[in-house]
Amino acid sequence: MTDNTSDGPMLAADGTPLKKSLARALRLQKMRALMLIAPLLLFVLFSFIIPIFSMLSRSVENSIVVETLPLTVTELQAWNADSGELPDEPVYAAFVADMVVAIDAKRHTRLGTRLNYEQTGMSSLFRKSGRKIKRMDPEADAPFKEKLIDVDKKWGDVETWRVIKTHSPTITNGYFLNAVDMRRTPEGAQSQPEDKQILVKLFGRTLIMSLIITGSCILLGYPVAWILANLPMRTANVLMILVLLPFWTSLLVRTSAWKVMLQQQGVINEVLVWLGMVADDSRLVMINNQTGTIIAMTHILLPFMILPMYSVMQTIQPTYLRAAKSMGATNWTAFWRVYFPLSIPGIGAGSILVFILAIGYYITPEIVGGTKGVFISNRIAYHISSSLNWGLAAALGTILLVVVLILYWAYDKIVGIDNVKLG
Amino acid sequence: MKFTKLTALAVTTALVAPAAFAQEMTIVSWGGAYTKSQKNAYHDPYSEKTGVTIINDDSSAEAVAKLRAMNEAGNVTWDVVDVVAADAIRLCDEGLAMEIDPDTMLAPAPDGTSAADDFGDLLVSDCFIPQIVYSTTFGYRTDLVGDTAPTSVCAVFDTDAYPGKRSLEKRPINNMEWALICDGVAKDDVYDVLATPEGQDKALAKLDTIKDDVIWWSAGADTPQLLADGEVIMGSTYNGRLFSVIEEQKQPVAMLWDAQVFDLDGWIIPAGLSDERKKQALDYIFFATDTQRLADQAKWISYGPARASSAPLVGQHADLGIDMAPHMPTDPNNAQNTFLYNYEFWADYRDDIDAKFQAWLAK
Repeated sequence: MTDNTSDGPMLAADGTPLKKSLARALRLQKMRALMLIAPLLLFVLFSFIIPIFSMLSRSVENSIVVETLPLTVTELQAWNADSGELPDEPVYAAFVADMVVAIDAKRHTRLGTRLNYEQTGMSSLFRKSGRKIKRMDPEADAPFKEKLIDVDKKWGDVETWRVIKTHSPTITNGYFLNAVDMRRTPEGAQSQPEDKQILVKLFGRTLIMSLIITGSCILLGYPVAWILANLPMRTANVLMILVLLPFWTSLLVRTSAWKVMLQQQGVINEVLVWLGMVADDSRLVMINNQTGTIIAMTHILLPFMILPMYSVMQTIQPTYLRAAKSMGATNWTAFWRVYFPLSIPGIGAGSILVFILAIGYYITPEIVGGTKGVFISNRIAYHISSSLNWGLAAALGTILLVVVLILYWAYDKIVGIDNVKLG
Repeated sequence: MKFTKLTALAVTTALVAPAAFAQEMTIVSWGGAYTKSQKNAYHDPYSEKTGVTIINDDSSAEAVAKLRAMNEAGNVTWDVVDVVAADAIRLCDEGLAMEIDPDTMLAPAPDGTSAADDFGDLLVSDCFIPQIVYSTTFGYRTDLVGDTAPTSVCAVFDTDAYPGKRSLEKRPINNMEWALICDGVAKDDVYDVLATPEGQDKALAKLDTIKDDVIWWSAGADTPQLLADGEVIMGSTYNGRLFSVIEEQKQPVAMLWDAQVFDLDGWIIPAGLSDERKKQALDYIFFATDTQRLADQAKWISYGPARASSAPLVGQHADLGIDMAPHMPTDPNNAQNTFLYNYEFWADYRDDIDAKFQAWLAK
């Protein structure tokens, strides 16, 4: 050791400080590791994370009004929505000028659809007015106030302009308000009329029913997993096929099979009537309600519960139970104090899997749920594919995602996520 | 070296392949018996005539959402899409479908009538080429209704005379109209009444009287299955589905044509196709919607052709050999009391009334 190294930094063979050299070597190693996972990382990023965020961003995005009616929105800023009086001529003139451009690009009907989510009648108002405004000249035909009201008397309705003004910001909380049964008005957020409130109720129902389904999966799955884990390997493997069999059958087929089983003229009711346990005119109603959804979804999600439980139980040494019994524990005490605590990580993993899959389920509740057994995902599907209200669908999806994250966090606090094992 | 050559070869093939398969088009429809009828009446003759290979995609149920997604991604892979008229109007409003000029783009009738006149009022949107008229109507179990078979749609609301479950579609459209009619509203006033909150409440109150007796369906195949299993005594569905239950599967089911609601199904061409594909799609549409072709489709399915000039040409079922005319929803005997789906009204009120309807259902 020279003086040089004792007070200066330690040097590597090539004279660079050792710390730097080490960092470089580590960086290289990290880069190599990153390169190895890069394909997967990029795949997940492009096919999963970016689409999710672009979809979720729709829940607040609302540039369509400004883009379609830029002049009108500027003019409307000077107008007091609470005055109860119609806007003045400049707003109407700006509106016609905007519409002529929008009609040319065929964008006005799209705006009509957007505003129709907020105010019934906007869709046809824009479509019909478009046909007539097309023939107007923004310069020569002024003034427009009277003319527009002639085209459709709704242009003489303060409410129409209030809706346009209320929904003109490019970033809106309107979809999120709609998602919790409220709406955006010039006076601020207000709750929807009672006869249109449904979404909060559906959120609650989705959570409660998912919990019930998770609970029944635990009750049914635990004994099965226990038997599988305690049988000799060869028998267990055969039985495992029975557990996995549903995985290899189409979801639709399984759900439809439940329909055949559970309906009033179905297999179960026929057998009960034949046995005389149920009168012919009071057959059990087991489908097209919550019972149907719970039965069918428990069956479909059961393997997701059994598999993690099974793999955890396999690792529990049978000697522990014997040891407990040798020290005087009864069968029950040995199970409850020794075996069960060891199997909790499996229950935890299975429950998280089943619960998260359940709250996003859509096709099974749609088929067997009737009116009382449908989930929030059924409304999301409706808004994605039928009403095309993707903003609302995105807001509902975001809320669902946040709820799951909160529950996950709560689970971590209560049970601890380290306690989850898939094997 | 060998590796490079192989790669080069693979790349060239990949680049050349699309050009070689340019004579291919993707047509989207509903699948099942309906796509089969289109294949027999349109696709096969067209392929034979032009050598174009037609790929069927059974995605019509999600066509609106998928077209919007494709359009936003800038990659429309469909050439011609079969949708119901209400969806066509939505697609047209959203700028996702191409506008059609019937007189230059569609074939005139054999007697020279222009396509616009031949289709008449059925051209409900600028983007829509009607193909068939179908109806949503009721079927009932002949063995479960007792001695007096129902003749009026109000039998659905009469649980005293016809006890048992009924199946209705899980959406407000059609159900609200039927409820109002059976609540004493004159047919001409139905949409005026339904436009008011009081009218909507009135309709829901009427539906409330049978709520416990209704099984709600969301797929067209549900009611036929429920009828065949005897799970319901009567139920609404598309007339073609009932035809198949009655005539093909010989179930004890009969049609109740009263207050059937006519609706249209037809083609749209997605907006944003390349000129070459657009030309191809228009060529197909010109061929597939002429008078004879529309009449041909009725050989395989009991939906009425959308052209006035096709009606007299409707013949017999290709497999069953029965006359198809009496099974058409448009047949004078069946069409004594009918509705036409009110596209304008539902385009405006669908979101609003659907929210109320779903809230009522969940109560």
